[in-house]
Amino acid sequence: MPGPDLLSSQGLRLDGRRPNELRRIRCKLGVFTQPDGSAYLEQGNTKVLAAVYGPHQASKSKSTTEGVVVNCQYSMATFSTGERKNRPRGDRKSQEMSLHLRQALTAAIKTELYPRSQIDIYVEVLQADGGAYCAGVNAASLALIDAGIPLRAYACACSASMAWRNGEPEPLLDVGHVEEAAGGVVLTVASLPNTGSIALLEMSHRLHMDYFKVVLSRAMQGCRDIEIILDKAVRDHLAEGWTKQDVVTI
Amino acid sequence: MWTTKTFLTKTKRGNILKIVREHYLRDDLLCGSSACNICPHKDEEYVLDSKPDSVCALFDYPHYLLLDTNVVLHQIDVLEEDALKNVIMLQTVLEEVKHQNTAIFQRILEVINNKKRKFYSFVNEHHKDTYVERNPGEKQNDRNDRAIRKAASWYALHLSVNNVAGQFPQIVLLTDDENNRKIAQEEGIVCCSVKDYIENVNGFVGLIDKLSKNVIPETCSKDALYPAHFTPTQIHTGIRNGKLYQGTFHASRDNFLEGTVSVNRFEKPILLQGHIGINRAVDGDLVAIEVFPEEEWRKPSDIVLEDKADDPGDLLEEESALLSSAKPLDSSKDEITPTGKVVGIIRRKWRQYCGILMPSKFPGATRHLFTPAEKRIPRVRIETRQSDVLASQRILVALDSWPRNSRYPLGHFVRALGPIGDKDAENEVILLEHDVPHARFSEAVLACLPPNDWTIPEEEIKKRVDLRSICICSVDPPGCTDIDDALHARPIDGVTADGLKKYEVGVHIADVTYFVRPNTALDKEAASRSTTVYLVDRRIDMVPDLLSSNLCSLRGGEERLAFSCVWEIDENANVLSTKFHKSVIKSAAAMTYEEAQITIDNSSRKDEIARSLRTLNALAKKLKQKRLDNGALLLASPEIRFQVDSETHDPVEVQAKKIMDTNSMVEEFMLLANVSVAEKLAEEFPQCALLRRHPSPPPANFTTFLKATRQQGFEIDVSTNKSFSKSLDEAVLPGRPFFNTMLRIMATRCMQQAVYFSSGTLSHPDYYHYGLACPIYTHFTSPIRRYADVIVHRLLAACIGEDVTHASLLDTKQADSICDNLNYRHRQAQYAGRASVALNTHILFKNRIEIESAVVLSVKRNALQVLIPKYGLEGPLYLPSDKFTYNEEEHYQICSDVTLKTFDELTVRLTLDSTNLQHRKLVFQLVKPHVPGFSYVPEDSGMEVESVASAEEVKETPIKKRKETKQSKPKKKSKNQ
Ligand SMILES: [Zn+2]
Repeated sequence: MPGPDLLSSQGLRLDGRRPNELRRIRCKLGVFTQPDGSAYLEQGNTKVLAAVYGPHQASKSKSTTEGVVVNCQYSMATFSTGERKNRPRGDRKSQEMSLHLRQALTAAIKTELYPRSQIDIYVEVLQADGGAYCAGVNAASLALIDAGIPLRAYACACSASMAWRNGEPEPLLDVGHVEEAAGGVVLTVASLPNTGSIALLEMSHRLHMDYFKVVLSRAMQGCRDIEIILDKAVRDHLAEGWTKQDVVTI
Repeated sequence: MWTTKTFLTKTKRGNILKIVREHYLRDDLLCGSSACNICPHKDEEYVLDSKPDSVCALFDYPHYLLLDTNVVLHQIDVLEEDALKNVIMLQTVLEEVKHQNTAIFQRILEVINNKKRKFYSFVNEHHKDTYVERNPGEKQNDRNDRAIRKAASWYALHLSVNNVAGQFPQIVLLTDDENNRKIAQEEGIVCCSVKDYIENVNGFVGLIDKLSKNVIPETCSKDALYPAHFTPTQIHTGIRNGKLYQGTFHASRDNFLEGTVSVNRFEKPILLQGHIGINRAVDGDLVAIEVFPEEEWRKPSDIVLEDKADDPGDLLEEESALLSSAKPLDSSKDEITPTGKVVGIIRRKWRQYCGILMPSKFPGATRHLFTPAEKRIPRVRIETRQSDVLASQRILVALDSWPRNSRYPLGHFVRALGPIGDKDAENEVILLEHDVPHARFSEAVLACLPPNDWTIPEEEIKKRVDLRSICICSVDPPGCTDIDDALHARPIDGVTADGLKKYEVGVHIADVTYFVRPNTALDKEAASRSTTVYLVDRRIDMVPDLLSSNLCSLRGGEERLAFSCVWEIDENANVLSTKFHKSVIKSAAAMTYEEAQITIDNSSRKDEIARSLRTLNALAKKLKQKRLDNGALLLASPEIRFQVDSETHDPVEVQAKKIMDTNSMVEEFMLLANVSVAEKLAEEFPQCALLRRHPSPPPANFTTFLKATRQQGFEIDVSTNKSFSKSLDEAVLPGRPFFNTMLRIMATRCMQQAVYFSSGTLSHPDYYHYGLACPIYTHFTSPIRRYADVIVHRLLAACIGEDVTHASLLDTKQADSICDNLNYRHRQAQYAGRASVALNTHILFKNRIEIESAVVLSVKRNALQVLIPKYGLEGPLYLPSDKFTYNEEEHYQICSDVTLKTFDELTVRLTLDSTNLQHRKLVFQLVKPHVPGFSYVPEDSGMEVESVASAEEVKETPIKKRKETKQSKPKKKSKNQ
């Protein structure tokens, strides 16, 4: 069958996951004290930090009466990939990612609550192993909660790809770097699983219409699974926070 | 559970890179055994029996086999036999096999997928209890061995849980790695070598013969005949610093001690000579070579050298004969070729080879020699106890290894194909040697077929254009049962702006894609076969018979589904409009070319069929003229038809194919349809349309051709196809009607192959079809016998919204890989067809001697390549160097007053030389012009040399017998000219 061998005949992926399984997600809120909110998130070997400042008064040029201006900056650490590369801030790819982040997060934030103000969100990729954008959205969601900014719902992002098993199409959830590099299509979805709405949809290659639905629904399923994990992390953090807060923030 | 794998690799630029991969360990993987009490298996997930019967006398208790990688890699032929069942395949092993040899990997997958074989593939690498981490400094191989042993002991423990002792199967580890066996034994794992195990298996005759010979390591120098090969690392460094070169080894057809390797840096291929120079490379292998300094360069020997008839044992014979002839006598520069030697093998490209056994002279011996049918493959030493039976058979043999101390490569017997000389066995050889898939269609494929009594459903007819009332007919060669195409033409009302009459012309092609749906087993099989292969007496269908000869075939008087291309054409054959649609047709008549020709010529016939045919014929002539004006080439290739005896299927007579007007009539409309479809597809699918192109030949191809035509007094202009075509037309010799055809036959051989390609892979000017002189072309008209047409049908159906597209159809990369396979299969099918013609010619000439007129195709150093136009046969006519002198500059041979050059017409005598059963060949002897002491003199002139006469008597006898047994088919007498 066409396409790279991403699924073994036993139905396992190259790293041992089944098609519908996420990578291991570990996260922590409130990792810095300086920003108003922060979070660290690992999705497999992809590791990101997110920091949130605000809301604060917007600079004159950007300020609108309609709502808060969400300002995003996505960047990758020099050491984030196997081959070390000096990455200037604000290169084209980062700019595009920043825009995509902004689109997803603006959909989640109740922007109408803070006219004439601004929220700054920084996402730094420490280690990239596929799906850095998704991890960035998920981490930023946590950081926003940590900052106490009212959200409509969790913004969760997840990717999905296509593979073949015994000639049948089988979508893969949460695509890692190896699978990405194999050249298949990668569909990235950022959504508010609570409301079922999609904030951003992006696809790396052409995909035939016949398969779009199954791949999309698998990615959406991934977003819902991630929401559960994030929600648990928030609850754990808060439970911890009530008892330890004074000890931690000296 | 979660862990990471860390390893180092090198990037293309040579930097060291550390790669970290995630690796998940699971607790939900099953062991697959019915004896297990722990894993939550579902019923269909049990693969291994709870009490497997033991077939091996060494282990008389129930057990499962666990295979080491080396067993799968070297003993795949044994594993493919039904003998071994209840086998555990570890993922570690599968991955190693996949990495080392994809062909074997595919074969083992097939075994695993065969439910009856009870092979269970266990994902030990992701099981939490069987994963082992590589220790610091440990070699990957050792780590994998450890993983295999770990899995073996885990299975033993796992099955023992909650089981009564002695009631559950044991694990037996099969490995040929002595070291691994030793450690396993220390760890308490039962293990055994494959040889010991198989030799004690009862009830499977011949299983031992399939055992691959144990590999002797390259470092072992005991009794070595050949120098050792370099290690992969040495080769790698050698190539990188420019001391070594890599390339594919091509063995010479004529001289078994000579071969060449093409290397980018040198214009000429590198010459390799002698046993040591070739150093165990086999035709097709990817080898590393070292090139000698320039003063040691030689010229290719022009002698024919065959391996000795009998088994010389493990000795390399004197190579002096070869070497002395190869040393340059004079220092003429252009004869000398860069020379070198093989120093290592990068990758073996061994396949299975057909051939015959040459039993050892010693009775009871088990070691024998095997002679492959392909001349370029060396003989193979095999071991078998069935030599008496196999000696009279065509057999298939696999190569195992070629150790330094063995003159011949070692192999093992795979299977017998049938008696030597038996038609089926010989056809089987042709099919195997050309890699033509010809197994019977599998159940899965047959399950995709409609029922035998299928008729067109009413709702399908409603969806289509109903052309059943139109008088459509098909014209094909006689005996054709897979009719792909049918035609119609009728005048329509109105005139063009120029006042010309208008016609509607339709080409209707069998709608194969209605039955062959994408991604079904049927579709995959057809894609893999790519083409129907025509042997003289057998057809290997691309799709099953029910479709090819019945439901898809546009038979006369039956309703069939079709894909139609319908034009409005004016009487000057200008296309006014084109439309495509699916249709239902009912062919009024399925005619042969001859019948159609008679219908056209018979002026008393005024019926609709006759009128339609006449219109088509008239339009086709105009279309053809237009094509020729554009510069299309009329090429020729000698094509022949065998008349086959209805009972024995042996050929009884052969004749050149007759070409009639109607042949060209059908051809013109097929070309027109193909071009129309190609234009539509390229417009609609610029990235993935499947097209066919014919590159213009490089000028160098024409050098010898032009020299030869000049000798005949013609200057051919080959600068463009138009000028070429024109000068070909003008090159006519009065009194030699065949000369022009000859010229065209020769011109055909200067051409490149036409190939399929995907429109996304080339730029527009490269789409050009040189031979047809049209900017774009594809194949649309034969979907029953060509898979390319199936794809084209699907694309066209998608264009006009009659069918949906599917993902793989629109992918340039996949389209490209489909094209690669199509081109490969088409080439192989062509070669197989030619081999079949050769086989039948040999059968035909077994009993006859003929004297025929012939034409010289080319002049070689020691021979003329001649063509017998009557039979389309060609072969070498050897000229002794003591009589003839070869002129290298002008390419002619001269003997006193007789000069022989290309295009000369001769008379030759044809006989069959059967002294070598594998390579029977036709022998050509010169009759006219007469060269005293060389030319053959026909009997009736009374100058017969005695020895020849007696030889002829021997050969004549079978004819007489034949005549007695078969009265019905009178033999044609030999013609004397
Ligand atoms: Zn179990």
